[in-house]
Amino acid sequence: MKAPVSWIREYAALPDDLGIDELTHRLTMLGLKLEALEAPGDAITGPLVLGRVISRQPEPQKNGKTINWCSVDVGDANGTGDPQGIVCGAHNFDVGDLVVVALPGAVLPGGFAIGARKTYGHLSAGMICSAAELGLGQDHSGIIVLPDEAGVPGVDARAVLGLDDPVIEFEINPDRAYALSLRGIAREAALGFSVPFHDPAERELPSPDDSGYPVQVEDPVGCPVFVARTVTGLDPAAQTPEWMVRRLTQVGMRPISLAVDVTNYVMMELGQPIHGYDRDRLSGAIGVRRAREGEQLTTLDGVRRDLDPGDLLITDDSGPIGLAGVMGGEDTEISPSTTAVVIEAACFEATSIFRTQRRHRLPSEASKRFERGVDPALAGAAADRVAALLAELGGATIEPGCTQVGTPPPAASITIDADLPARISGIDIDLDTTVGHLEAIGCRVSLEGDRLTAVAPTWRPDLTDPFDLVEEVVRIVGYDRVPAVLPTAPAGRGLTRTQRLRRRVGHVLAGNGLTEVISYPFCSESDFESLGIEPADVRRQTLRLENPLSAEEPLLATTLLPGLLRALARNTGRANADVGLFEVSPVFIPTGSEAAPLLPTDRRPTEQEWQQLQKAVPHQPLHLAAAISGDREAAGWWGAGRPATWADAVEVVRSVATSLGVELTVTRATLAPWHPGRCAEFRIGELVVGHAGELHPRVVRSWGIPARTAVVEVDLDLLMRHAVDPVGPRFSAYPVAKEDVALEVAEDVPAAQVEQALRDGAGELLESIRLFDVYRGDQVAAGHKSLAFALRFRAADRTLTESESAAARDAAVRIAGERFGAAQR
Amino acid sequence: MSGPNTEYDPVAVTPLQADQVEAMRDQALAAIAAAEDLKALAQARSEHVGDRSPLALANREIGALPPQARKEVGQRVGQARGAVAQALAARTEVLEAEHEERTLLAETVDVTLPTRRHPAGSRHPITTLSDRIADIFVAMGWEIAEGPQVEAEWLNFDALNLGPDHPARTMQDTFWLEPADSALVLRTHTSPVQARTMLTREPPIYVACPGRVYRTDEVDATHSPVFHQVEGLVIDEGITMAHLKGTLDHLTTALFGEGITTRFRPSYFPFTEPSAEMDMVCFVCRGVDPEQCRTCRGEGWIELGGCGVVNPRVLVACGVDPDRYTGFAFGFGIDRILMFRHTVEDLRDVFEGDVRFTSAFGVEI
Repeated sequence: MKAPVSWIREYAALPDDLGIDELTHRLTMLGLKLEALEAPGDAITGPLVLGRVISRQPEPQKNGKTINWCSVDVGDANGTGDPQGIVCGAHNFDVGDLVVVALPGAVLPGGFAIGARKTYGHLSAGMICSAAELGLGQDHSGIIVLPDEAGVPGVDARAVLGLDDPVIEFEINPDRAYALSLRGIAREAALGFSVPFHDPAERELPSPDDSGYPVQVEDPVGCPVFVARTVTGLDPAAQTPEWMVRRLTQVGMRPISLAVDVTNYVMMELGQPIHGYDRDRLSGAIGVRRAREGEQLTTLDGVRRDLDPGDLLITDDSGPIGLAGVMGGEDTEISPSTTAVVIEAACFEATSIFRTQRRHRLPSEASKRFERGVDPALAGAAADRVAALLAELGGATIEPGCTQVGTPPPAASITIDADLPARISGIDIDLDTTVGHLEAIGCRVSLEGDRLTAVAPTWRPDLTDPFDLVEEVVRIVGYDRVPAVLPTAPAGRGLTRTQRLRRRVGHVLAGNGLTEVISYPFCSESDFESLGIEPADVRRQTLRLENPLSAEEPLLATTLLPGLLRALARNTGRANADVGLFEVSPVFIPTGSEAAPLLPTDRRPTEQEWQQLQKAVPHQPLHLAAAISGDREAAGWWGAGRPATWADAVEVVRSVATSLGVELTVTRATLAPWHPGRCAEFRIGELVVGHAGELHPRVVRSWGIPARTAVVEVDLDLLMRHAVDPVGPRFSAYPVAKEDVALEVAEDVPAAQVEQALRDGAGELLESIRLFDVYRGDQVAAGHKSLAFALRFRAADRTLTESESAAARDAAVRIAGERFGAAQR
Repeated sequence: MSGPNTEYDPVAVTPLQADQVEAMRDQALAAIAAAEDLKALAQARSEHVGDRSPLALANREIGALPPQARKEVGQRVGQARGAVAQALAARTEVLEAEHEERTLLAETVDVTLPTRRHPAGSRHPITTLSDRIADIFVAMGWEIAEGPQVEAEWLNFDALNLGPDHPARTMQDTFWLEPADSALVLRTHTSPVQARTMLTREPPIYVACPGRVYRTDEVDATHSPVFHQVEGLVIDEGITMAHLKGTLDHLTTALFGEGITTRFRPSYFPFTEPSAEMDMVCFVCRGVDPEQCRTCRGEGWIELGGCGVVNPRVLVACGVDPDRYTGFAFGFGIDRILMFRHTVEDLRDVFEGDVRFTSAFGVEI
């Protein structure tokens, strides 16, 4: 909401010497936040004057554009008194119009210097300006055309345009609908500086009677108040006066015609949206009702809309003529030839307007105000103000009748403990202050014992709850007076176990040389396809967004790999070739019955409702994924580097599991997107935790990432659930007995199983076992391999004899032999 | 020295005569002194100290002497041998030191050579900053609460006094899940975690809720559809805005240093009443001559987020007795703090996964 300072001062008797910074700061601290300060005059230097168009010669150009070669009278402002020749690209003006001219030497906002320059075959000596070019809003659609009485050619245009009048743009919070008007903003300014406020809505009003334009409200809930006034004999040629044009421009509205401008002006002035109907295009009484199935309406923007039974309509005998409080219809629109206007000033229920506006995607200045709450007592004054302005400025006659259907609902009455503002704010606020501040915002306050009752003013429909009054009192007392007191929490128990484990995992992964990434969880069907994940795969059962940012990525990821591979490709694409990435994020698993209940809010949900809600929320297990490519160890003066392989991926999982104290079994598996021969599956007991290994070469190719890239994805929640706290180990100080064995087994026997067999056979004297070599070649049979293990034996209570350790070794080898036919070499 | 021994056997005792012993000693000392390296010293050792060395042989002769002569001769030989052993030890030490010095010199390397063979890993700065913020709350005795990212619409909106027709609902551009009636959203803030906490725990409640949230913002230098928030919630008896202010001042001081406190500006949030925007003193210029400050862009203050007293309507929906308890809540963006605390200029860097970005932050922030 934009407000020119001069307009604020019209209703608030602010001190003359009050600076703009002081004003905006005080209003910000009252809750009207300074969004921007426009002082467009500051950014313009040099000659900016009024000019009258003497001639205008349209000249089509080769590029398809038509330019106007104009001669403009700028008085003596150019030093010669001769007309100024100017090329102008806009077309919204005629000979005789009063326009704004920047003469050579002028500098416009953005450092745009105006000079005389050759263009389109003419010497264009200056520029005819649009509002946007002068920093007055965004309107680039045409040049500014001023009313005749705005001034004479050659006069400095700054004052005429209000360029010397700063305009404050406020960010208005949704609860302060009253501040979407100069009336409301000025009221706050007067409050902030404790100066008198003159309410522009206070006017002598005629009593409502039956002789006005007939109105029938069928839905008094949707439309509690409807006021109609009629003016006739409006001079269609009457121009909007310069002062009104200036103000409308300042608040960001484009002047259109007197009748429309007056309705907009009064809306800005009072906050009451107004609609004007061309009476001669109305047929029969105005009605207010909900739409019927199948009804349609063409709105002012020329769009034919299918109406919803929830839409509140303005009708006449012909059917719908407007979406109440949102946008009028085309058929009854005021036109340049309108002479008789029916003025509608009504109050519509906020929710209904909000829904209609949202349904038709039609946010308008009117709906913005109605959906936040318009002063229901304002309609009469606003309609009267419009009628008076049309009479004064457009020569219209105000018809004697005054229609009013409905009366404003009674204002809310709120009772609180009188010390509530002090108790909630922590500021020492006495009763006089509380009462005084509530009265200052327009409440009627009465006291009864320790209780205080405030009746809210009609313009504050937002005041409904006790704490609303607290905020009002405290913001006037000043939020800066809230003291700082650190509350004492009960002794806490620190992070939860899961939170600590998650940090541990992050440190382990970073310690392993991996870099954490956070990627978006959005993905597409084609992501799955390029991972080689078949349609029947459980990971293809995804949640889908109704309104994805990109239509290509409507799915919520069930695997972290798409995001991770995108990040990997981004890195390798930027020549960061040796990369190890990891991500710890949830994935989204549908439950198959996604329908969360919308519970009441006036009480705690029942246990059953709560369970139902919990059940509808999808399963979102935390996953850990990693992707490794390029060299894991760099080449250097020490020798060659070591490329990343499947084993690095497997080790990521193993090191995380070890850090959690989880024992994993590893088997080979076949699963997309991994290489069918190089994919490890990890289990806790029978529970599959995840997979790691080298990517399938097809996947590598379709993602454009380095060959042999290895990836990991595990269910980290599952791993952490099985985490075991470390137990202090016991170890022996007696000498170790070392035994090496080399076992020949078939190629397809997994080393881990041979190792397990050795463990099982070696018994409790075995301290550790380590596979230190895998040999294939002449020394072993074809289709076989030799696995060399180093076994360490040690007893807790004695030095082992050679025969004891040899016996343990032989027992180990025997079990391996029984299970896998392993022969010792 | 004792007097002459009349029972000397001249043949047997010749090597034990004083001048003989002295000569042996002097030869040995000379050989030791002359040894230039450990090898030569070993040679001298075997010639003059070894079993067959003259002094060793002389020593052996002592046993053959009559008892009355043994003492004097024994002393004489013993002293000589002692002097030689001492000289040998001293020389050994010198030569070993020289040898080691030469060896070390020969082992000199170029210590400026690069040494990193393994990549240094790093944690994402959003993770480490979240951890750091969590630690500040934990130090105050608070706990850290978490919740799902796909969330029930009721918890994300309704329970927080954002009814289906609340205008504020359009301020939050929400990702909705299919089907349309699923009533599920990607949470637009971490506030549903607060609602969950109130619904599952008894007051007093002191929790902070860091986490990932979603809004339908197109990606640019300051917007991302995915970002991170931390919210705080306190529900207890007698809680006031002063407790809110005290908590926020402590938080900003802990994160940005002494003197970095907050201020409130009136604002509006459906879930709090009274509501406030919170700003903190610019930690770069500290409000002194902010005109030149690039961090706060001349404001002297940095916008941090929103806060307020928990709206009693929220307490009711979440099963907390509004007559007994009051509370406060606040929330701010972790990504935003990362950006201004560590001069990250483009939010896209946070989510693109370029290792050069993340590596710069190491494993703690």
